[in-house]
Amino acid sequence: MAGSVHLRQHRERWPSLKEIIKISQMADVTITVDGKKVTAPAGTLLIEACKSAGIEVPAFCYYPGLSVQGACRMCLVRIEKMPKLQTACTVPITDGMAVTTDTPEVHQARKATVEILLGNHPLDCPVCDAGGECELQDMTFAYGAAESQYMEAKQHKEEQQWSPVVFFDRPRCILCYRCVRVCGEGMDVWALGVQNRGVTSLIAPNQQDHLECEECGMCIDICPVGALTSGAYRYKTRPWEMNHVGTICTHCGDGCKTTLGVRRSKGGMEIVRGDNRDKSGINGDFLCIKGRYAFDFANSDDRITHPLVRRDGKLVPTSWEQAIDHIADRFKQVRDSQGGSAIGVIGSNRTTNEENYLLQKFARSVLSTNNIDHHRTTDYPAFAKAVAGKQKITATLRETMTAPAILLIGNDPTEQHPLLAWNLRTNLRIHNCRIYIVNSGDIKLRRQARAYAQVPVDGGESSMVQYLAGNDSASSQLLSENLTREALRDFRDKLKSEKELIVIFGSEVRGDDIVTLVNWSSAQGAKFICLGDYSNSRGAADMGLYPDLLPGFTSLSSNSPFTEEYGSSMPRQAGLDIEGMFSAAKSGKLGALYVVGANPVARYNIDPFALKNTFVVVQDMFMTETATTAEVILPAANAYEKAGSYTNTYGDLQLLRKAGDLAGVRTDFELIVRIADRMGVDVHKLIPFGKGLRADMGQSRGAQSGEADQHAVWLTARNLEPKLSPFDPEALLDEIQRLVPGYDFSRLNLFAGGDVHTHAPEFSSISQTPSPESIVPANDTLFTSGTLGRYSHTLNSVIENRRATPVEAEIPAD
Amino acid sequence: MKTLYSPTPLVTHPDEVRIISRRFGQGAQDIDRYIALDGYKAARKALEMQPDDIINEVKASGLRGRGGAGFATGMKWSFIPKQSEAPKYILINGDESEPATCKDRLLAEYDPHAIIEGTLIAGLAVGAKLGFIYLRGEYRYLLEIMEKAVADAYAKGFLGKNIFGSGCEFNILTHTGAGAYEVGEESALMESLEGKRGLPRLKPPFPAIKGLYGGPTVINNVETIATVPPIILNGGKWYASFGPNEKNGGTRLTCLTGHFNKPGVYELPLGYPAKKMIYDVGGGIPNGRKLKAFVPGGSSTFLLTQEEAESATMDYDWFAKRGEFLGSGGVVAIDDQTCMVRVALRIMKFYRHESCGWCIPCREGTDWLEKTLARFHDGGGVHKDIDQILYLANNMAGRTFCALGDAAAFPTISIVKKWRHEFEDHLDGRQCPFEAASREMAIA
Ligand SMILES: Cc1cc2nc3c(=O)[nH]c(=O)nc-3n(C[C@H](O)[C@H](O)[C@H](O)COP(=O)(O)O)c2cc1C
Ligand code: SF4
Ligand code: SF4
Ligand code: SF4
Ligand code: FES
Repeated sequence: MAGSVHLRQHRERWPSLKEIIKISQMADVTITVDGKKVTAPAGTLLIEACKSAGIEVPAFCYYPGLSVQGACRMCLVRIEKMPKLQTACTVPITDGMAVTTDTPEVHQARKATVEILLGNHPLDCPVCDAGGECELQDMTFAYGAAESQYMEAKQHKEEQQWSPVVFFDRPRCILCYRCVRVCGEGMDVWALGVQNRGVTSLIAPNQQDHLECEECGMCIDICPVGALTSGAYRYKTRPWEMNHVGTICTHCGDGCKTTLGVRRSKGGMEIVRGDNRDKSGINGDFLCIKGRYAFDFANSDDRITHPLVRRDGKLVPTSWEQAIDHIADRFKQVRDSQGGSAIGVIGSNRTTNEENYLLQKFARSVLSTNNIDHHRTTDYPAFAKAVAGKQKITATLRETMTAPAILLIGNDPTEQHPLLAWNLRTNLRIHNCRIYIVNSGDIKLRRQARAYAQVPVDGGESSMVQYLAGNDSASSQLLSENLTREALRDFRDKLKSEKELIVIFGSEVRGDDIVTLVNWSSAQGAKFICLGDYSNSRGAADMGLYPDLLPGFTSLSSNSPFTEEYGSSMPRQAGLDIEGMFSAAKSGKLGALYVVGANPVARYNIDPFALKNTFVVVQDMFMTETATTAEVILPAANAYEKAGSYTNTYGDLQLLRKAGDLAGVRTDFELIVRIADRMGVDVHKLIPFGKGLRADMGQSRGAQSGEADQHAVWLTARNLEPKLSPFDPEALLDEIQRLVPGYDFSRLNLFAGGDVHTHAPEFSSISQTPSPESIVPANDTLFTSGTLGRYSHTLNSVIENRRATPVEAEIPAD
Repeated sequence: MKTLYSPTPLVTHPDEVRIISRRFGQGAQDIDRYIALDGYKAARKALEMQPDDIINEVKASGLRGRGGAGFATGMKWSFIPKQSEAPKYILINGDESEPATCKDRLLAEYDPHAIIEGTLIAGLAVGAKLGFIYLRGEYRYLLEIMEKAVADAYAKGFLGKNIFGSGCEFNILTHTGAGAYEVGEESALMESLEGKRGLPRLKPPFPAIKGLYGGPTVINNVETIATVPPIILNGGKWYASFGPNEKNGGTRLTCLTGHFNKPGVYELPLGYPAKKMIYDVGGGIPNGRKLKAFVPGGSSTFLLTQEEAESATMDYDWFAKRGEFLGSGGVVAIDDQTCMVRVALRIMKFYRHESCGWCIPCREGTDWLEKTLARFHDGGGVHKDIDQILYLANNMAGRTFCALGDAAAFPTISIVKKWRHEFEDHLDGRQCPFEAASREMAIA
């Protein structure tokens, strides 16, 4: 069934990692390295064993997780009883091995290798993108290969552009083959190879003079020198001119950590680079094209940088004060005259948890409405209903990298969840994961599948869930030339024998099917993942952007801490969902609509005319289809321009840090607070800022004795006193942690830059799941990202480039 | 049979011991003729033997690999696991690309069935059912002969599902390369045969454990394998007796090339005195010139001076004691009118061209060395170039992924060390003192 797995094995010409290092089952052995005793499982590569003892062995071609090459010869060490120096990257350790890495002989060998390599190297460091963070420079520095004995003409080759994203400069290439391997083994794309031989060898793209690939840029990032460079970054800046800010990608629901390189620009701070070279976070060094390059929407010339108000039918710039006053007045007026039910609020899949929480709190407790919703890309409420009361039933994204077995129903992670796809491939490569796939199409991950059930389009996934859960009659909807009765039965039997299964499903599985699925396989101890499309779709759901659900999938009708804290102005009946709001608007019953970071007019194909009698306020970066219907537009900051937290679709929560900045925009958080403030709300009630969070740090003497608290004085003198303002999302995170079930995690790991798993669905008190029709999948591809993606120069140029490159006819073999 | 080539002329000398060359020129390409000349007797005999006895016979013969590395053949076969889930293979290395080496092609041309028979016996010894005969790309004209021989052997029932009616199965496939010296290296050979780039593999795993298509694989040189039938037929001891001792058994095809009066391929016993080989078998140096340098076995070996050469014996031990190598049987005589800088350059040109490029020291080192030697030879050298050449070569030797890097370094090191004065004679923009003579150099 899994057709091209053979191809993969065929092309992976080096012994795969799992063959060389069957470490996990091996007993520990002890070796000595430079006189130090090092203990590690037998079979660990010597280079890794050295690293664990703090002994750095230089390496160009070795890259953890990719197959072993032994090509660069930088990692030479002396192993006792071996006649020649040995490559530490290829030798598995055995008991009693005695190794030296710091002798003059070893040092000399490495130095000579660098010297020999530098012979043909162009040494254009002053203009090279990698200058300052180049592994070849580092090695030259470390081994003192400073004197050039090379007097010959260098090999030269013109630089080439292979795609909008990838450029290649052959003279700088040191042929470490990292790019070839990460593209093949890591991405399963196999778009890079080696052409020619000897000193004329060169890395070559799959389409003669250009690349057709996933444009992930992994090759560029993994390149130890400046041979592969990105269209986004090349010749733009020097590495040391940037600030580096670790934050979270704002595109898909996987939530990759990305380190943004930012530089001062005319309008603020410009992001010029994204990568995750420090391998921190849930994605290691993985990023897809969107995380790595599609931050560029932030620098788009189309950004709105002034509040706009409609005068005589035209949107014209206005001041912040006027705009906010105007909004506050109208919101108050509608609420007080028509009631809160005449106001609708639509939130975002890309704003932070704090903003989403604040938005619904504002809607419910200030605007007095439950008419609040967001673009739902998957059925989280049904998921919450299915897993309610069960413990440890949701899987983290990290677990998909190591789980022994995975069932994927629907979705195409290669396109929609690139990091998940990477994890599944890596899991197969290194841990031999058994992957089962149910899909109506022929998705790329099929190559990794142990078993693949191709089901009919429209409802096939649903029938499959029924069938798996024991309903044999559902098989009649499933059988086809792609799926025989035997294959179907075999598929189910295999799954039944899996004890540590992770079940991952896309929006094809909704409503009661999710309940059926969870009931069936949780009996075997399975864990679950419900795939939603955008960076904070899960956060929007968890934070209660639903007309009938409070944060944490808490039912509106029952009493909860929220009903206590939000006060009496919160209505207790369910409000309108998006479709309901627009039909209310059409019939003149919606006095005001507040849209924060969403484009429902385009997504739900709304006739703008329906909104002609509604006071529409839009907070956005761009003049979207929805923004053009607005009465007032407030220019908003994006996720790279603010702090806060995101919950990815797996429930893993991570912190955003402010990287970029643009004069003239404000965070949605601040805008909501300002509107509330102008409406006469006690902001302290909305944001519990500045209370109970003084940095006492155990110095409570002053508090008890009335003496001056020396520590507090010390902190204040050094400007270290935590300054919590009403615009500080951390103040709201306190409240979220206090009130939202499943969010009472420890902050230690989070504030150290890590991720924490949240459990809102398991605590849900949901009674009814919404209608399956309310789910509108985004259907993004690798190169699209909702409305936002349209403003990314990189994504646009890749899409255009694809259109421009006709598929070449096969050249007939003669 | 239509031949696309003119047969290679044969030479003889009374000191020759003709064991594997005894059918040369006897029409043994024809299977019936081969049978008449004792052909396939050894295979029939091997079918009656226990696999271990076949291996022991080869061990007793003292046969060492004729591909260049000189590894004991019987020992190599004994590394193949008895039980294996993956199929086992015999792979015959006919990539013969080592400069000056031109003996395997004579076997393929004049005695192809000996190669088939040897392969078959190896298969019986280790329990393989499939053998591959891989000929170098430039030997495509020999493929026709080889393929006809294989077809004839099938037709006679000597290959196939039921060889010689024994119920045993053995098959042979032929294959040619695309013109790369590096695929003569055994692991690159396997890659090439599997249809991949001709790059060497990481070892371990060694081919005997995990070789072609992941199965245990015996890899032998064409000459090595052609020597197996006479050993089985006449016994290991008999074969060993032709050499000086049991570790240097038998004879080998020695290719006299370069400045010899009587160049050609001679089958000489191991341990044959090099002096006699040069002046008697090879007829001495032409045009009344003197021997200056001597390549004992292909361009990958350390070169010897005249004095060294005249005291050498052509066996593994003599060279091993000096930390040098007997090599692949490709002997080159270089006369005293030849420029040694030019020799070093010509050799390096070859290795630069043939380096697969996988590893840094070989890929970049050969290029750097060739360029420097070329500049040096053209009179553009400076004094420190001489040490730089030595430095580069020393830093390739023993540091590369496969032995090609060593092969490029060893001759270079020996030339610079032994003929340093010739390098000095090229300094200060001086004309090459040997220009005229070196133009005639046979290996140029
Ligand atoms: C660069 C290189 C080229 C080689 N070329 C050949 C060759 O053309 N023919 C050959 O038989 N062995 C060649 N060898 C040696 C083989 O790797 C291997 O040792 C040999 O085929 C084993 O057979 P034998 O034990 O019968 O000699 C080469 C080795 C190296 C390192
Ligand atoms: S392009 Fe970069 S990553 Fe690829 S082989 Fe060259 S140096 Fe290595
Ligand atoms: S996989 Fe998703 S989160 Fe990761 S970089 Fe791509 S779009 Fe961003
Ligand atoms: S020494 Fe290195 S570059 Fe040279 S042929 Fe061997 S593997 Fe290739
Ligand atoms: S790191 Fe070991 S050879 Fe490159």
